[in-house]
Amino acid sequence: MKNYYLPLIKAGLPVLLAAFTVNFACGQQELTISHDITGLGVKPIPVSLDGFSGEVAEVLKFDLYVQGFSFVAPEAAQYQISGSSAGSVQGRVVDRFAKSTLLARSYTGASLRRQAHTFADDIVQAITHKNGIAQTKIAFKVQSSTGNGEIYIADFDGRNAQSITHDATIVAAPAWVPGRLAIYYTTYQLGNPDIFYHNLSTGQRHVVAHYSGLNTSAAASPDGSKVAMILSRSGSPDVWVCAADGSNLKQLTATPEDESSPCWSPDGQWICYATKVAERRVLAKVPAGGGAMQRIPTPGAPNPTEPDWSPDGKWIAFTSQAGGFDICVMPAGGGTPTVLVAGEDPSWSPNSRTLIFTRRVGGRYVLSVLDVFTKQVKDIARISGSDSQPAWAR
Amino acid sequence: MKMMKLTCSLAFALAIALAATGCRNHKPVGVTPLPGQQNSGLVGDLGAGGTIGAGGAAGANEAGGGATAALDTFDGMTKDPAALAAYTVHFAYDSAAVKKSEKANVQSVADALSKDSSAKLLIEGNCDERGTEEYNRSLGERRALALRGALSKLGVDPSRIRTISYGKDKPVDPANNEEAWAKNRRGDFVLLHPKAGA
Repeated sequence: MKNYYLPLIKAGLPVLLAAFTVNFACGQQELTISHDITGLGVKPIPVSLDGFSGEVAEVLKFDLYVQGFSFVAPEAAQYQISGSSAGSVQGRVVDRFAKSTLLARSYTGASLRRQAHTFADDIVQAITHKNGIAQTKIAFKVQSSTGNGEIYIADFDGRNAQSITHDATIVAAPAWVPGRLAIYYTTYQLGNPDIFYHNLSTGQRHVVAHYSGLNTSAAASPDGSKVAMILSRSGSPDVWVCAADGSNLKQLTATPEDESSPCWSPDGQWICYATKVAERRVLAKVPAGGGAMQRIPTPGAPNPTEPDWSPDGKWIAFTSQAGGFDICVMPAGGGTPTVLVAGEDPSWSPNSRTLIFTRRVGGRYVLSVLDVFTKQVKDIARISGSDSQPAWAR
Repeated sequence: MKMMKLTCSLAFALAIALAATGCRNHKPVGVTPLPGQQNSGLVGDLGAGGTIGAGGAAGANEAGGGATAALDTFDGMTKDPAALAAYTVHFAYDSAAVKKSEKANVQSVADALSKDSSAKLLIEGNCDERGTEEYNRSLGERRALALRGALSKLGVDPSRIRTISYGKDKPVDPANNEEAWAKNRRGDFVLLHPKAGA
């Protein structure tokens, strides 16, 4: 504490003013960029972080790094974040250029970790005027070397993970119902890949799709009333849609090829998925109520699979397979994809800024989070075995 | 501890006074009380999944049987993976086409089924690891369905055949090389016998 503040006190205003003058033009530019995030390749927002220790400091660093902040010395920071984590979290955010205190808050109750996440969200809100992701949840699968696995729920950073299945069978493709503590997933528990609905509050679950052949890749519509999925009951894996309870089944595609990984547009009008045309893997979309399939070209990003439409409707993230696998994003209305990092199976955060995805390390998968606009990426806490198929609760 | 707190407060006050010179909106420190107990996660204790009985659960579909026989019928039969293990069919990379070189194996399976009219067949489609997970689950199913189609052309009633895809979840060789991948891109045939006394 003393070490940090004393020089400031001694140096006083001249130093601050000098720094302000020197960095003014650059600072203004950074402000413009960071407050108007419309494109990719944005520079991180430089902040300083002082006074926090242990778990709180770790949480703040992780949460802010994967939301596009970088850590610099106080005199180089656009925003100075300071406070303390002794007993409970209290913190303050000062805009060094506008010379104003954006946030001054203390937190009580729950755990220090939870307090730190809440403070991180308040920081993001104060600086970017957008909702942060620090208190969001993810679902994913944890697979052992036998091939069997379980579905897990955790905080977005992988902590507080809980297994919600105990079936000791192959599981796959968890998907949240938007705004609810409920998920769909695929399990081989009945001897066949079937789709289950699982209410996380009560633990009750029921079968949604249990047809002969493949039943997998459930995706709940934005309003939760419908579910898109892959069924092979018609003779090849196709996209089907039904009501949340499994009724009113309707076939949306009827190709001899294998469709996979359907996702919804946030207005509920379209279902985007991976398929093949003339032996080449492509992305396509089909009206959710039925209609003609439309190709979504991904120029420069070969073999696209695993699309996920951002909740704000602007982007489609997907996996491209050239030599290895890459995470790509492209404008949902069409355009040129941007390759972000090596990885697979991206899932958007609720604020459409961060992706969680899988990375192959040796013979297994680990989960990572990626700030799309700065490409800052970090692995989340590992559970065990191979952790994959992440789904961000929205 | 007290001293530390005092120092913190002092430092805070100084920091604000310095950094926020000319601050238009000097808010007092707000307090955000968080619900929940110490060490509780963001998610409370979640309900773990309960047991689901085959076929009996709400929403279980196709009890009356569809294009292929219903699951229960097959669940009631005994799996015999050894009987047709010699006839496993292998596929080219990212392909569900049954190669000419594999046709003899398919014929052998058709012959085995024609000799035992009480037996049925489970075809397990598998992939190598070079593909995304759900893409491979679909590809494995398409491989199994391609083999069902090939057997159907040889006169096997498709209603005797059930397909299942394991994607890349059940490699026979977990190694990371072309030799292993070639072994893993496969369709396994599992003979299903009626249970004794059934």
